[in-house]
Amino acid sequence: MPSSFIMVDGNEAAARVAHALSEVIAIYPITPASPMGELADAWSQKGEVNAWGVVPEVVQLQSEAGAAGTMHGSLLTGALTTTFTASQGLLLMLPNMYKMAGELTPAVIHVAARTIATHALSIFGDHSDVMAARQTGFALLSSGSVQEAQDLALIAHSATLRSRVPFLHFFDGFRTSHEVAKIESLELVAIREFIDEDLIAEHRRRALNPNRPVLRGSAQNPDVFFQAREAVNPFYDAVPRIVSEEMDRLAAITGRRYQIFEYYGHPQAERVIVMMGSGAGAVTEAIDRLASRGERVGLIKVRLYRPFSSTAFRAALPDSARAIAVLDRTKEPGAPGEPLYLDVLAALAETGDLPELVVGGRYGLSSKEFTPPMAEAVFKSLHEPEPRRHFTIGIIDDVGHSSLEYQAVWDEPADVTRAVFYGLGSDGTVGANKASVKIIGEHTDFFAQGYFVYDSKKSGSRTVSHLRFGPRPINSSYLIGPGQATFVACHQFQLLNEIDVLELAGKGATLLLNSSHSAETIWEQFPANVRKAITDKKIELWVVDAEQVAREAGLAGRINVVLQTCFFKLSGVVPVEVAVGAIKSEISKAYGKRGEVVIRRNHDAVDRALEHLHQVAIPDSPGEVAGFNGLAQRLRGAPDFVQRVTATMMAGKGDLLPVSALPVDGTFATGTARWEKRSIASEIPIWDPSICIDCARCALACPHAAIRIKVFDPAVTDGAPPGFLWKEADGREFSGKALTVQVAPDDCPGCGVCVQVCPARSKEEVRHQAINMELIESHLARERTNFAFFEEIPDPPRHTLKIDSVKGSQLMDPLFEFSGACAGCGETPYLKLISQMFGDRLIIANATGCSSIYGGNLPTTPWTVDRAGRGPAWANSLFEDNAEFGLGMRLALDRLEESARMLVTALLPELGTEAVAILEADQSQEQGIADQRTRVAWLRDRLGALESPLARRLEAVADALVRSSVWIVGGDGWAYDIGFGGVDHLLASGRNVNILVLDTEVYSNTGGQASKATPRAAVAKFAAGGKATRKKDLGQLAMAYGDVYVAQIAMGANMTQTVRAMAEAEAHPGVSLVIAYSPCIAHGIDMTGQMGHQKEAADSGYWPLYRYDPASEAKGQPGLRLDSRAPTMLFSDFAAKEARFAVLAKANPERAAELMARAQQDIDDRWQLYEQLVNVHRTAEYAELEEG
Amino acid sequence: MIVDLTTTYLGLTLAHPVMPSASPLTGDLDHLHQLVEAGASAVVLPSLFEEQIEHEAMALHHGLEWVAGTGEATSGFLPEMDTYNTGPRDYLDLVRGARRELGIPVIASLNGTSTGGWTLYAKILADEGIDALELNVYFVAADFSLSSSEVEYQYLRLVSSVRQAVQVPLAVKVGPYFSSMASMGRRLVDAGADGLVLFNRFYQPDIDLDQMEVAPNLVLSTPAEARLALRWIAILRGRIDCSLAATTGIHGAEEAIKMILAGADVTMMASALLRHGPERLTATINGLREWLQEHQYLSVEQAKGSLSQQSVSDPVAFERSNYMKTLISYTAEW
Repeated sequence: MPSSFIMVDGNEAAARVAHALSEVIAIYPITPASPMGELADAWSQKGEVNAWGVVPEVVQLQSEAGAAGTMHGSLLTGALTTTFTASQGLLLMLPNMYKMAGELTPAVIHVAARTIATHALSIFGDHSDVMAARQTGFALLSSGSVQEAQDLALIAHSATLRSRVPFLHFFDGFRTSHEVAKIESLELVAIREFIDEDLIAEHRRRALNPNRPVLRGSAQNPDVFFQAREAVNPFYDAVPRIVSEEMDRLAAITGRRYQIFEYYGHPQAERVIVMMGSGAGAVTEAIDRLASRGERVGLIKVRLYRPFSSTAFRAALPDSARAIAVLDRTKEPGAPGEPLYLDVLAALAETGDLPELVVGGRYGLSSKEFTPPMAEAVFKSLHEPEPRRHFTIGIIDDVGHSSLEYQAVWDEPADVTRAVFYGLGSDGTVGANKASVKIIGEHTDFFAQGYFVYDSKKSGSRTVSHLRFGPRPINSSYLIGPGQATFVACHQFQLLNEIDVLELAGKGATLLLNSSHSAETIWEQFPANVRKAITDKKIELWVVDAEQVAREAGLAGRINVVLQTCFFKLSGVVPVEVAVGAIKSEISKAYGKRGEVVIRRNHDAVDRALEHLHQVAIPDSPGEVAGFNGLAQRLRGAPDFVQRVTATMMAGKGDLLPVSALPVDGTFATGTARWEKRSIASEIPIWDPSICIDCARCALACPHAAIRIKVFDPAVTDGAPPGFLWKEADGREFSGKALTVQVAPDDCPGCGVCVQVCPARSKEEVRHQAINMELIESHLARERTNFAFFEEIPDPPRHTLKIDSVKGSQLMDPLFEFSGACAGCGETPYLKLISQMFGDRLIIANATGCSSIYGGNLPTTPWTVDRAGRGPAWANSLFEDNAEFGLGMRLALDRLEESARMLVTALLPELGTEAVAILEADQSQEQGIADQRTRVAWLRDRLGALESPLARRLEAVADALVRSSVWIVGGDGWAYDIGFGGVDHLLASGRNVNILVLDTEVYSNTGGQASKATPRAAVAKFAAGGKATRKKDLGQLAMAYGDVYVAQIAMGANMTQTVRAMAEAEAHPGVSLVIAYSPCIAHGIDMTGQMGHQKEAADSGYWPLYRYDPASEAKGQPGLRLDSRAPTMLFSDFAAKEARFAVLAKANPERAAELMARAQQDIDDRWQLYEQLVNVHRTAEYAELEEG
Repeated sequence: MIVDLTTTYLGLTLAHPVMPSASPLTGDLDHLHQLVEAGASAVVLPSLFEEQIEHEAMALHHGLEWVAGTGEATSGFLPEMDTYNTGPRDYLDLVRGARRELGIPVIASLNGTSTGGWTLYAKILADEGIDALELNVYFVAADFSLSSSEVEYQYLRLVSSVRQAVQVPLAVKVGPYFSSMASMGRRLVDAGADGLVLFNRFYQPDIDLDQMEVAPNLVLSTPAEARLALRWIAILRGRIDCSLAATTGIHGAEEAIKMILAGADVTMMASALLRHGPERLTATINGLREWLQEHQYLSVEQAKGSLSQQSVSDPVAFERSNYMKTLISYTAEW
């Protein structure tokens, strides 16, 4: 077989085979499997054909359930069909998987195995998803490396055709799906030749066809179902043999030999580990070392997990094996053991040849590291007199004491270069490292591996790249460990102050720093720990001012190629001349189509890089320096949990936290983002009170709650720090009061949105506004003090403020603050607003997506509490169920209130007539709510004195007597697609809930895939050729119910309308739907100007603003009110400023022109429709909705 | 009497000396066809702007790169396309269409920002077989450290580098802001210019009083603005060895005739065509023909330069201070 080496990640390796062997591919995005769908879509979009010359049709569905249904239909109608998924997505496919398997349908699902959400969501890898599919009847085939992800993908597609049993082919999420490695590729011809076309013909013959009609999917009765179910057994019995034969065929043509149970280790091993997936790489390394010490140990890699062949398993196990440890990368609470362990036990028991000892253990949940020392610890435990059963490895379990102890350090081979790079998500570090791995993989005989760790923050997110290069295939399926790196690069100087950049550096390692400090002065800038590490480890230090080089080359901000060039120079993996040529050639390949200037400037940066690279002379001793300003200092005054647990996670040391440190049920206190103080801004907004007009637009628009306003008694300023600024508050209602605008300097990411919306300008110098972005260095110390003082100033009582006004809303504390959302995020201003307007009685059901990640991804949450300790109570259930989840909250609150009212009524004789007011309270306004809180406090006092059981019951539910506000929040992927069924059901429910759709018009969190909210003509992943169909009009669908309050808002277009819509939605006693235009980095815009984009969206009619209020209908007035004027600009003028539209005009001008024209028609058509609807009065009587 | 309207410009023989200069009207084939129907003897296409090409490519690059690696979006947010039309493709399509369909000489225009860019794109355009190339040199010398002689040197250097790179006839379109226009004109010719286009009208900044911000916009020219070019064409005519094109303020036959009398080989129109449509071109050609007939000129060549500085009885009139001359003229009428 012709083969060649390629550098790909696991997703691409599997997707290449899947695309080559499919005719229909049904997709839906989910991390970490999304890239497989994206690649398949992009290939088909480009016209790339499958093995038989046909372009596979790639179709996106509304959910994984939809993808599975489509797959099922396509398969039964004779097409070769595949899909890609992970985690919850696989769970949604389960019902169809039973069907496909039950009907003996050849099919393959490729899975980047990922954790299933339990106490928390996790995007990382383990086998809990595939283990949930083990009973469906699908064959389960496991790949442990990128090479295997390709090879076993082919085995799966071939074996399913031969066996008729559908296959689930899986590999570890991130560790394999996202690891870039050098593999031998399978060419299209070889892939085609591997597949027996007669089997495809058989698949077609079984297909639904009116020329030879059959019936599939009958309903069967007790008389025959059981027998029919057993009829499939011979097919399952044949699978292990078929897969073995397919593996042998592959070996014959590639030389790469796989077995369904593959043994590695000493031929007479006494102790054996059984496991599947990438962790086997670490075990083989441990075995090699133990074998060199004469230990008889081995490993069985399980490749074909289902159907499980007991005989094949027994045959693979050396007869000498005395003790076996079965490692499961999943957890099944309550089971006698995890699934693989139980299967191994059963298999051995059935063969009648059970070794002395078989134990099960868990490892690697949610991508927890699994290293050779951990494997050694497992082997060691099998030696112990009483080996631990159901152990865990890789954590410290100080509660159940299940964990095995292991060595933290592992010395890797000397002939492997190990390089670690610290960068930011936005600086191109990862991209450059992927290119470096490719260069080394393709230009040398070295094997190469790249693995990239991202943090969960969307702004200022850190990345760590782990690269290995060596003379042998690299099996190290774990991160580069402490003291192991031969090269460390820190692409962002400030990271030296935040994390232990040199922890991984070995003795004599090379450290490359990007800094504007010169080689002569840089030493003085280091914190103490860095100086010490450099001198202790005898590190060779180099510095380059990559920013300057990039600027000179016309690539300001793009430091990647500069640092890449320096890496090659210093690492010596490839002669530097060769490397420079290769880097340039990669640049030309990667960027060539973007324009000659892009290549020229990047080449120029490469040429300039080495001139600016300088070695730093290291003093003999670290010298006297001020101590490292650690986290501890920042966290003084924080709650105990934050100081003990949260701080550890913030420092990147969460792996060290023992089981006892964590809540048992995933419940966390809110109000923790304020302790992060990330200080990631280079510029922050600085207020000039002499110009300010008190409009509060800055505070409303701020996505991060980092600029705030407050009205207060001027007397308060007596104790103010000297630099604290304030002015007389404007407006009659604030007569005699002072007003201030204050930045939270450490929490502001410096997005500049506030400055963009500030309308007040200096008369003398128009660029000077009431707030201006200024370098943080000049202001940090003063503004820190000011902010601390600001936080101490008492807030005005809520009921004294007009909450449905821009200014009034902003005078209330934001109870959503300092999130890790992208700087300038278009979603968060809306969440912050509802937290201000209703925060002290807010319950939020949050769909999975961006808002659940910046809202609830550890270590901290931006949701917080007011001075009374009240604040939003927040929960994320899933992606698809959020509407129903929120409805459940409403139903519970209503029942609790009903119970409370009943109990108050029952206890009236004891409570006295004062309690009647509780039952009759008008809580439509803030004052009424405040009064009710007072009454409930009084009630609790009284109840305390009562001995009655009813009093105890009432105490438990009394809070429900105060009006609460249920908001069901999510993105368009949820509301328009996967959760629409639930949203629709909720819209029809008449219940008092509020739905807030943060409409970014794409699946933002998973990386910008198209949804039904994506507009025509926009480019997105899964719509690489520009979306051909128009955006779904969700508001119209909701209005059709007649009793749903519907508002379409865009804060940047009309702030007053936004605030009023939120107030009206909340006041509406039935279902309210607010669709909020949310600019996103996926739009390809500079987020600083996002509010301006919103204005143009409304001005062009692209995003018309309206409110539909059923109450108006009831009053005989039109229900629909258009809040934006007829379009005053063309859609094309708006679209030209957003890359999502503009890119298509560059890539395919003809199609862009056609789609843009149709998009303009969509706008004109919709506007005409809405104008007519304004004059429509519906005759159906508006349902009288009672609150609650 | 039939007047011979033919003229020679940059070595090209043109049916008459009236043609559209670079403007949005010459930027698409539909409008170009209208101009040809209206009688244009040649066309100057709008400028290919190196800066814009580079800006678009870099904006695209930035847009595709800068958010890669945010959260779960490990490969960025927008799908990578097969090709991007970030280079001069649109412009080259226009050049090809114009050459294929118009049947009159097509002059491309180029505005570069770097020496490499000027020569690169000049070569690309020359390879397309354009009849001539107009270098649209636009350079605001706002750098306080740059002397006037250094500015002049930059002009000369770029003209000579383009000259060395391409064989195609080369016109240089410049603004009037040289201390010594006569000397500069000669040196541009020495550097390799086959013709001078006098003068460029630049986008000038304006202030938007509603938005309180600087808002550059182009105001259409008026006939009065033709005087500046008139003076310099009259002065340069016969004194330097190159073609002369008059542009700015030519709104009809009157200005065109004056320019030809002063010594222009061709006259170029933009504002009048934008304001009145392509038919203004026809009217100008007809007006020119009629005037020459009325005044019994046999040809444009005969009229060309007949009132140049070298040809008039009072050559100093072209050099005298405007204020004095105007004042005396007015009083003389009294």
